[in-house]
Amino acid sequence: MSLITTLARLEAVRSGHAQPAATVRHRHLSDRPLVFVPLITAGEAGAPLGALVGTDRDAPHLLAVPQPRDRDLRFAFLAELAGIVLPHVEAYADSVEAAERSETDPETGKRVKVEVDLCADAAQLVVPSRAGIDFVRLLGRSMRFRRTAEQDPETPHPAPPRVPLLGRWLTHYGERARVPGSSLLLAMTDLLGRHWASGQSTLEDQHLGALLAWIAPDGGHGDEGYRDDGPGGGAPTGAQAARRAELARDAAGQLLCPPAGPATDPAFDNKLLAPAIERYDRARTALAAAEDGLEADDRLGALTAAEREIRALVESRTRPTWDAVWRGLDLLRALPAGAHVDERWTRDRWSFTSHRDRILAGEPPQPRRDDAVTAANKLATREREQARLEAQEALDDPLVMAGRRLSGEAFAGEVVDVVMAYSESRRPSPRPLVTVRTDDRPHLAERAKVYRALNGKPQTAEYVGPALSSPDGDPDDGTVLLRITDKMGRGKEPEPGSVPEKGDLLCFTLFEHEQRGGAKLPDPEQTPWTHGGPPGETAAAAEAADAQTEEDVL
Amino acid sequence: MTAETVAATDAPAAPAPATFDPGAEAARATAAILHDTLHGTERGVVVDSPPGAGKSTLVVRAALELAEAGRPLMVVAQTNAQVDDLVLRLAEKNPDLPVGRLHSSDTDPYDKALDALANVRKSAKAGDLAAQTVVLSTAAKWAHVRVDEPWRHAIVDEAYQMRSDSLLAVAGLFERALFVGDPGQLDPFATVGGEQWAGLAYDPSSSAVTTLLAHNPDLPQHRLPVSWRLPASAARLVSDAFYPYTPFRSGTDHGDRALAFAAPSDGSGPDQVLDEAAASGWGLLELPARHTPRTDPEAVGAVAAVVRRLLDREGTTTSERSPSPTPLTAARIAVGTAHRDQAAAVRAALADLGVSDVTVDTANRLQGREYDVTVVLHPLSGRPDATAFHLETGRLCVLASRHRHACIVVCREGVDALLDDYPSTEPVQLGDGVRHAAAGGQ
Repeated sequence: MSLITTLARLEAVRSGHAQPAATVRHRHLSDRPLVFVPLITAGEAGAPLGALVGTDRDAPHLLAVPQPRDRDLRFAFLAELAGIVLPHVEAYADSVEAAERSETDPETGKRVKVEVDLCADAAQLVVPSRAGIDFVRLLGRSMRFRRTAEQDPETPHPAPPRVPLLGRWLTHYGERARVPGSSLLLAMTDLLGRHWASGQSTLEDQHLGALLAWIAPDGGHGDEGYRDDGPGGGAPTGAQAARRAELARDAAGQLLCPPAGPATDPAFDNKLLAPAIERYDRARTALAAAEDGLEADDRLGALTAAEREIRALVESRTRPTWDAVWRGLDLLRALPAGAHVDERWTRDRWSFTSHRDRILAGEPPQPRRDDAVTAANKLATREREQARLEAQEALDDPLVMAGRRLSGEAFAGEVVDVVMAYSESRRPSPRPLVTVRTDDRPHLAERAKVYRALNGKPQTAEYVGPALSSPDGDPDDGTVLLRITDKMGRGKEPEPGSVPEKGDLLCFTLFEHEQRGGAKLPDPEQTPWTHGGPPGETAAAAEAADAQTEEDVL
Repeated sequence: MTAETVAATDAPAAPAPATFDPGAEAARATAAILHDTLHGTERGVVVDSPPGAGKSTLVVRAALELAEAGRPLMVVAQTNAQVDDLVLRLAEKNPDLPVGRLHSSDTDPYDKALDALANVRKSAKAGDLAAQTVVLSTAAKWAHVRVDEPWRHAIVDEAYQMRSDSLLAVAGLFERALFVGDPGQLDPFATVGGEQWAGLAYDPSSSAVTTLLAHNPDLPQHRLPVSWRLPASAARLVSDAFYPYTPFRSGTDHGDRALAFAAPSDGSGPDQVLDEAAASGWGLLELPARHTPRTDPEAVGAVAAVVRRLLDREGTTTSERSPSPTPLTAARIAVGTAHRDQAAAVRAALADLGVSDVTVDTANRLQGREYDVTVVLHPLSGRPDATAFHLETGRLCVLASRHRHACIVVCREGVDALLDDYPSTEPVQLGDGVRHAAAGGQ
């Protein structure tokens, strides 16, 4: 944790309210995010219990699995989910604009520009917490290798038609969420935690209700669960509200603010859910045993009632979280978007488009494990995006930059002197010496490179040393002598505006603003002997779904 | 029977020599390595080298012998400083050898000292260096090179500090390779999480040697058995603590090296710890227990004070290299820290005391370097918690194995209690080796 974050958290504890950790919004938010609030069955991580999903905050779709261990009911849930998610995704996939991309020409081996489709926008998925992202990944993993009856008439338990496709999309979203700064799949707790510092630990921040309590203790909507009943009766502090969100229970022992899931509260499982599922099971057994149509009608009514009861239970536990996610979106939308947010979202659109293209091209689902080359490429991309994100957030947001300045990675100050100088080559280029007075304490090594933003592009300077000839002659007064080395044009005289002037207020960073592309790795078929050689025939075969186990058949 | 023979018969090797002859042992190991490299049938040879065991000497020697055998050779090192150092050493041993230094297109991409060498050609394009017998560069630069015909041989230096994905990018450039490195030092790291690949043989964030051996378990593995840098007082301790499965010995014996001071002790804490370090090779300056920020002013001040007194008391060193006492200069002293801000704080404190020319750096940057005396700010000093970063054994190993004479550690009291309070809670991944077992090989 950086020093400035620690300070912000201490400040939050003292003031009782979350402190801003950003002055702009650092993630893209779609106009129509698809919010997904899933619940799972205790003890069976892969078995969904239900979900709220949709784009309309006032009218979410409620999905529930009355008997989560029933394979057919689970498939029905997934099919219903596919019926909501896929049309949303496909609406974005169908709307494209023309764009250019560099590709290697297979014949000449040269890099050439190719005109391709780029989706004009991409579908955004928002879940309440990081555990929700893991669940999206798990759902994707459980679905993408399934076979439908159409794909394989022999398969013993064919999946509903669109389920494998949903699995592939959710897998893509789950994988993209691992890329720093990406916004295709977002967790609300991460989003809020990026923009506010609460007075609790980052682990506690994973409780959406508690985190929101720090940021907006009154709950915004006058929610029962958030109202303070402490002494004094005034507005609650964040700590009080968070504690209440985490622990407060009603007379029946149920949490007032249910956990954001996908895991449920054991008291809910034991006291409410288990008896309801048992009633459902009994009603189903009774229906199966019905001896005539009249009896069956009666018992079907009982079964429907039991099912409705479970749906009501699922809704009662997901709706507060659903509302909390939208409240979080309200809070975030109040912040203006950072200057580089759009550029990063464009990368998300490329990612979205390339997955769409892979599906259109009839490629098989993503493999269970990455091969050596894919893994290395992904790691390189993520490290590059991490560095890019850190630099862009600092450039977009003075508060983030303040954190970097505090840690010695940047400095801001006033230009107190500019002396023109030239390089010692045959064609001398301008190398002006700029003296900057700063109160920051950057960790500058001799000849270290520093960068400042000049018309959106980084200009490089070299640290020469402390300016000993500063007006008052004190070497410790924080003056830094820099030599500007680029972005001044080709001529002997620098282009106007390209050299700082006396009195300018500038901010230099010790980190680079832009990231270089990494080296090209070999194709997977060219994997070298050090990494096991080419994957060969085994990898080419389509992967089968997981083998059935006894636990699958109940 | 002398004490030495008793110690020798305790050693695991059955036909142990009567006395341990470090020179002969090291020569035997080197001969076996060179034989496997030049005449072996396997595509790779792995050499584990403890701190100061003559790794660079081995790399230079192997390079010269491969060149002599007429095999075009590429050398992969991890940093530009390492590459330049190898070029200088090669030119020193054989000034006539045509050497190529492949460098980046940044400004000042290589050490200016290379310009003085007649047979060293420098270029940013591999094509310009095709005629050179040996071409050296960093892994990062090699990754951008494309060739039709791979090199017949490569030497990969600091292979344990190279990441698996970095080897993947260059492995297509050579047919066979000698991998040399120190398994006890800092593991390579990634700036983002790579848990999804943990346990895979080619986990891109693991070390190059880990991946190499996972896919080629039958490659010959050697180790250099003697540390020429570490004194007898340190070799045993460092070997037991950080190389439990691949022990090594010191090339010198107790009494071969000495650290002495002209000025007597003034009785202060720093002077007492200096005298202890001069006598035993180790010194611990312990400060009262306290939770502090990383740049603990008191600990930083104590480090600076120790360095100041080292110079003030006019230390001299005696060793097998120079039997007469040599003054201990600032250039032969280093301060090691865990974090960069700590290094910056120590530098500032030293400047306040008028000390210059003492190297102050983090463990990562001190890797591969050697000094007479080191002063270490303990990574866990003053901390309320113990994270994986601060617990990494490689970090402590680097800090505790840079010295030829003595190592002085400055630390707040209470590290033992801290270690008890924070048991290791790293998640265990299927297929992932335990750190020591992985480092130890067999």
